[in-house]
Amino acid sequence: MSWLHMLVPSASQLAQMPAQLLIGLINGSFYAMLSLGLAVIFGLLNIVNFSHGAQYMMGAFVAYTLLNVLGVGYWPSLLLVPILVGIVGMLIERIFLRWIYRLDPLYGLLLTFGLTLIIEGLFRQGFNSSGVPYGMPPEFRGGINLGFIFLPYYRAWVIVASIIVCLGVWFLIERTRLGAYLRAATENPALVQAFGINVPRLITLTYGFGVALAAFAGVMAAPMQNVSPLMGSNIIIVVFAVVVIGGMGSILGSIVSGFLLGLVEGLTKVFYPEAASTAIFAIMAIVLLLKPAGLFGKAR
Amino acid sequence: MKIKALMATAVGIGLAVAFAPNGVFAQSNDGPVKIGVLSDMSGLYADLGGPGSVEAAKMAIEDIGGKVLGKPVEIVTGDHQNKPDVGANITRQWFDVDKVDAITDVPNSGVALAVNEVGREKNKIMLFSGPAASDLTGEKCSPTTAHWTYDTYALANGTGAAVVKSGGNTWFFLTADYAFGAALERDTTNVVKANGGTVVGSVRTPLNAPDFSSFLLQAQASKAKIIGLANAGGDTINSIKQASEFGITSSGQKLAGLLVFITDVNSIGLQTAQGLQLTEAFYWDQTDETRAFSKKFLERVKHQPSMVQAGVYSAVRHYLKAVEAVGSKDSAKVMAKMRETPINDFMTKNGKLREDGRVVRDMYLFEVKAPKDSKAPWDYYKQIQTIPGEQAFRPMDQGGCPLVKKG
Repeated sequence: MSWLHMLVPSASQLAQMPAQLLIGLINGSFYAMLSLGLAVIFGLLNIVNFSHGAQYMMGAFVAYTLLNVLGVGYWPSLLLVPILVGIVGMLIERIFLRWIYRLDPLYGLLLTFGLTLIIEGLFRQGFNSSGVPYGMPPEFRGGINLGFIFLPYYRAWVIVASIIVCLGVWFLIERTRLGAYLRAATENPALVQAFGINVPRLITLTYGFGVALAAFAGVMAAPMQNVSPLMGSNIIIVVFAVVVIGGMGSILGSIVSGFLLGLVEGLTKVFYPEAASTAIFAIMAIVLLLKPAGLFGKAR
Repeated sequence: MKIKALMATAVGIGLAVAFAPNGVFAQSNDGPVKIGVLSDMSGLYADLGGPGSVEAAKMAIEDIGGKVLGKPVEIVTGDHQNKPDVGANITRQWFDVDKVDAITDVPNSGVALAVNEVGREKNKIMLFSGPAASDLTGEKCSPTTAHWTYDTYALANGTGAAVVKSGGNTWFFLTADYAFGAALERDTTNVVKANGGTVVGSVRTPLNAPDFSSFLLQAQASKAKIIGLANAGGDTINSIKQASEFGITSSGQKLAGLLVFITDVNSIGLQTAQGLQLTEAFYWDQTDETRAFSKKFLERVKHQPSMVQAGVYSAVRHYLKAVEAVGSKDSAKVMAKMRETPINDFMTKNGKLREDGRVVRDMYLFEVKAPKDSKAPWDYYKQIQTIPGEQAFRPMDQGGCPLVKKG
């Protein structure tokens, strides 16, 4: 009987719609930020970065460590953590990933999956599995009553920050000279190198940048979620579905589908909560059947 | 093509994870008593059970001298990964190939219910400390199963009753969408109704959801005075953290954490968790005996024991003593001896193993301290009430266990 809820919304469900859509948008912000990094890495390096969730988790834990060991607060962490974790990413690229660019992308997927298991294991060893607390920064305590929802200031900030980051990255890659180099370097590395551009360095920086985006999302998540070694695994599969729906490697596609799927998930949580974690995969299956390259992807 | 191949591989990896080697290391030789610690070794329940439970079992073996029936007691460990099929497979292998005599811990009610059936079929002893579902001693009870530490009925009876009595008479549940959540919601609903309260609604939430705000808003819209959290581990932590963020707790609605472990309180932090009432069978800082055990445990595991880990110690010790007393590993004889002997250890005073498999013990209602009242690491709880065992647990004739003779 419960599936009937999907067809006939009750009055209280309708009354909750605006609030739930807003919540969906907030969750969509995270999907967008995370799938963006994946799209940058896949689009420019052809690596399916399975360790993206682990790098997101690292972002949250580095912010926790900075706060509790060095007393570095939330704001400096927003800048510092992506840099630190980005450097770790660049080391990973130099040590492991650069050997496999000529191979099938499957190797990259397997390699980064293995790295995920190792990274998660190390954090579990260091911090235990149930997680550590990261308090809400004092300036974000409280919220604003919009009539249909009490919106915590922090969640409002999440949406704003996510939109700024997404648009910034899109602009950087699609509209600037640096972005043009990057795209050219992936199309034809030899030619771009001939123009005097250091392509391997460009690629290292790109991977580091994609990882930094994951770490940024991790810092953003820390005050509102349990900071635990498993937090990446809990979200990464959904993010992969988002990337596939948007079109592998499409920057715009990952942003749009990130927000869109957040909204869809938000609605599912009202009308048929049991299906909330599956709805996105049903959509993925439909999109793959109708448009195998994804909504914004180009067929390769 | 590439994308399809990638998707195929992604699915393949998923399957590989599901069936990955589960860390079972066992030796197969006849004779010695062999105990299997089946737990969640790396997932969301690993801190409250997991490697700490293994250590607790080892401590119990050491404390009875390391030997039973003249031979050193052996221990094997397995990771059920919170998957009932994985747990049942390990259990079968342990019983059929590795000659394991008894299995302990098993946090996650879904896994425990599956494993319980294997134990029934093979006539082997189950010493459950980790799982919560009271069905294990209700309709699903088994002659060789002991449910040691706590259950959903006792949790509901402790926290649920206390909350209703202090005026929280309308409830909305956030329920983890599996066997445990359903059992906890059912048992708490009964307690709420029995005390004159009403339940206005509930929502089933997927396990390990990172965001509960959507469900919390539904709870808020219900106007219930109490939001009952029928979930555990990371789900409870995220619910409490986000309820505080969304101003739900400051706008008059109250949270009732129905299953909160000390490891969860540690993760939430006292700032957010203060004032929360919860029911446990054990807290490290209760008596000299609990402190002595916890000190030894802390040295080995680096955090204070949860009630689940303390319960593993208690169960393994009682079991080994019964084996020694009857001079045999025969499941029926050992169970009879365990039922006949009162349970007395650092966490149990005159506990009793009933016919339906329930261990009746005192439970305690605690309140989480405010940060200013916490004087030392892990100084988290203030004890409010002792709930005598006979009151805490479901009377044997109400559980529907077929083993219990009517009359």
